[in-house]
Amino acid sequence: MKIHEYQAKQILFAFGVPIPEGGVAETAAEAREISARLGRPVVIKAQIHAGGRGKGGGVKLAQTPEEAERTASSILGMQLVTHQTSPQGVKVRRVLVEEAMEIKKELYLGVTIDRGAALAVIMASESGGMEIEQVAAASPERILKAHVDPGSGIWPFHAREIAFSLGLPPEASLQASQLICSLYRAFWAKDCSLAEINPLVWTGDGRLLALDAKMNLDDNALFRHPEARELRDTQEEDPLETEASRYQINYIKLDGTIGCMVNGAGLAMATMDLIKLCGGEPANFLDVGGGASAEQVENAFRILLSDRNVRAVLINIFGGIMRCDVVAQGMIEAASKLKVEVPIVVRLEGTNVEKGQELLRGSGLNFTVASEMKDAAEKAVKLAQ
Amino acid sequence: MSIIIDENTRLLVQGITGKEGAFHTRQAVEYGTKVVAGMTPGKGGAQVDGIPVYNTVAEAARREGVNASVIFVPPPFAADAIMEAADAGIPLIVCISEGIPTLDMVRIIPFLKARGSRLIGPNCPGIISPGKSKIGIMPGRIHRRGSVGVISRSGTLTYEVVFQLSQREIGQSTCIGIGGDPIVGTHFIDCLKLFEADLETEAVVLIGEIGGTAEEQAASLVREEIKKPVIGFVAGRTAPPGRRMGHAGAIISGGKGTAAEKIAAWEEAGITVCQSPAEIGATVEQVLRKRKRR
Repeated sequence: MKIHEYQAKQILFAFGVPIPEGGVAETAAEAREISARLGRPVVIKAQIHAGGRGKGGGVKLAQTPEEAERTASSILGMQLVTHQTSPQGVKVRRVLVEEAMEIKKELYLGVTIDRGAALAVIMASESGGMEIEQVAAASPERILKAHVDPGSGIWPFHAREIAFSLGLPPEASLQASQLICSLYRAFWAKDCSLAEINPLVWTGDGRLLALDAKMNLDDNALFRHPEARELRDTQEEDPLETEASRYQINYIKLDGTIGCMVNGAGLAMATMDLIKLCGGEPANFLDVGGGASAEQVENAFRILLSDRNVRAVLINIFGGIMRCDVVAQGMIEAASKLKVEVPIVVRLEGTNVEKGQELLRGSGLNFTVASEMKDAAEKAVKLAQ
Repeated sequence: MSIIIDENTRLLVQGITGKEGAFHTRQAVEYGTKVVAGMTPGKGGAQVDGIPVYNTVAEAARREGVNASVIFVPPPFAADAIMEAADAGIPLIVCISEGIPTLDMVRIIPFLKARGSRLIGPNCPGIISPGKSKIGIMPGRIHRRGSVGVISRSGTLTYEVVFQLSQREIGQSTCIGIGGDPIVGTHFIDCLKLFEADLETEAVVLIGEIGGTAEEQAASLVREEIKKPVIGFVAGRTAPPGRRMGHAGAIISGGKGTAAEKIAAWEEAGITVCQSPAEIGATVEQVLRKRKRR
């Protein structure tokens, strides 16, 4: 689960990470108030989940409260387009108004999971303020890494080893080692998949603080973080995806015309890949899960078909335990209840498959029965044209 | 021979009295798996279809000679269930549960290594050696006994591949679902080594997907050590970056873990890569036919 910069900063501050002074504004007037309170030049930062906000025009300097108001006014409500958003961009609903500062050095600091090692890993680099993937690609030796044993946890010496290799003056290195420990503790306590400070800055007036912060929370751990669930911003999500999550249906909207409904994430991805290979474009990823009950199928249909781009639907259900006649019955009920008009290609496999296929053919609805995956994809692509 | 499980496997079902546990226990018994005990804390003394239920893994293991365990426990309690099995000295633990917090896995992996327990999963369909033993939720009847090993991060995509193989009368020695999570107990490379040493296995099929570096590590191993033919498919060529595609581990993060990179690594290692998921069975057939001609 993604959260905003201002939320990540609040969490990190609670764990002892220094952050710039400032506040969140949802109106231009609020931005002016914060700026006036700070009594010095500020940076107005659009709060959206995607990165690249600066290049997209979502981060601007303001010298006075009046300028802060004008600047906030131009950023609030804008459709901010960055390399991490869709071409339509994301509507900016709030801004973070923070003291501007003189930056002497920019560092990168992050904690994430090393999947292969099955360990949390701290990463740091003197190349801050850039995309860490670019640094990793161009000069991986500039990234310091320290894996942390989960049994013994993080010790100050781990942090010092990193901190004293970052080219900071000694007093800053000691501050940095404390900050590293705080970041790691926040990562662990909040069940993050990523906790990143980029850039971590050393300022002209001798302060070390998190100029930007990003925290991604492990979806699988949200059940034990009720406080984190409140940080969810559904306005940053596609409404259909939000709707799907209510039914525990994994749905991701894409740009194509062939809606997909599949049981199993790997099979769903493979089905999308096959559609593309057959010359079509998938409209979505949808994993209806192990149950594929009549109710789930109906929910999945409704969400799929809410996408106006969908011209045909491909259903690929490999029923391991489920009986195909039961699945077919559920599909027929759902399709007639929802008055589905687009053609539906169904590929079923499993127990009672012939019975299921017969039911579909005899339903009087716009079902085309396919025998195998390739047949199904080809038919769907044709019908979508 | 098959790998990891066979007719000597004596299985404990953790969570046997739950809906999933009870259902899949029945399926396993029907298939011929020796389910010797079940465990649900608080339900000790009960029976499920004549299978004795215990309160703890340790007691079940002591009394029934358990050498493998399968876990059908909700995610908040699943890591604890795995730990309990490892602590009781169970050498093989198969965790079906989906949704275990990643940091729980980080915490338990070192303990499993120290105790010498092999964990398969989590978030996996399980492992089957057709005709010998089935641990998990895969449909037994689509499998047939044979000489192709299958290792997969997926569930139903694995069944699709197995189905394509069985339809062509190409049987499987062992099929292992290693799971869709970012941190798993058994990797492609672990299974590849076992299949390479298994007399019954003559070829291996790998089913990968986006996210992580497991496929790249498999490529290195295949290049260095694996002589048997390897055929593979990577799901997620059309997956957008930064999105979790169902599986917690299926995510292109910071530009890394794309299907294209994995496919390139596999091709470079001499793995026969199928571009289409519908062609996997046919490709394996071709590879095996070519091998026979030599």
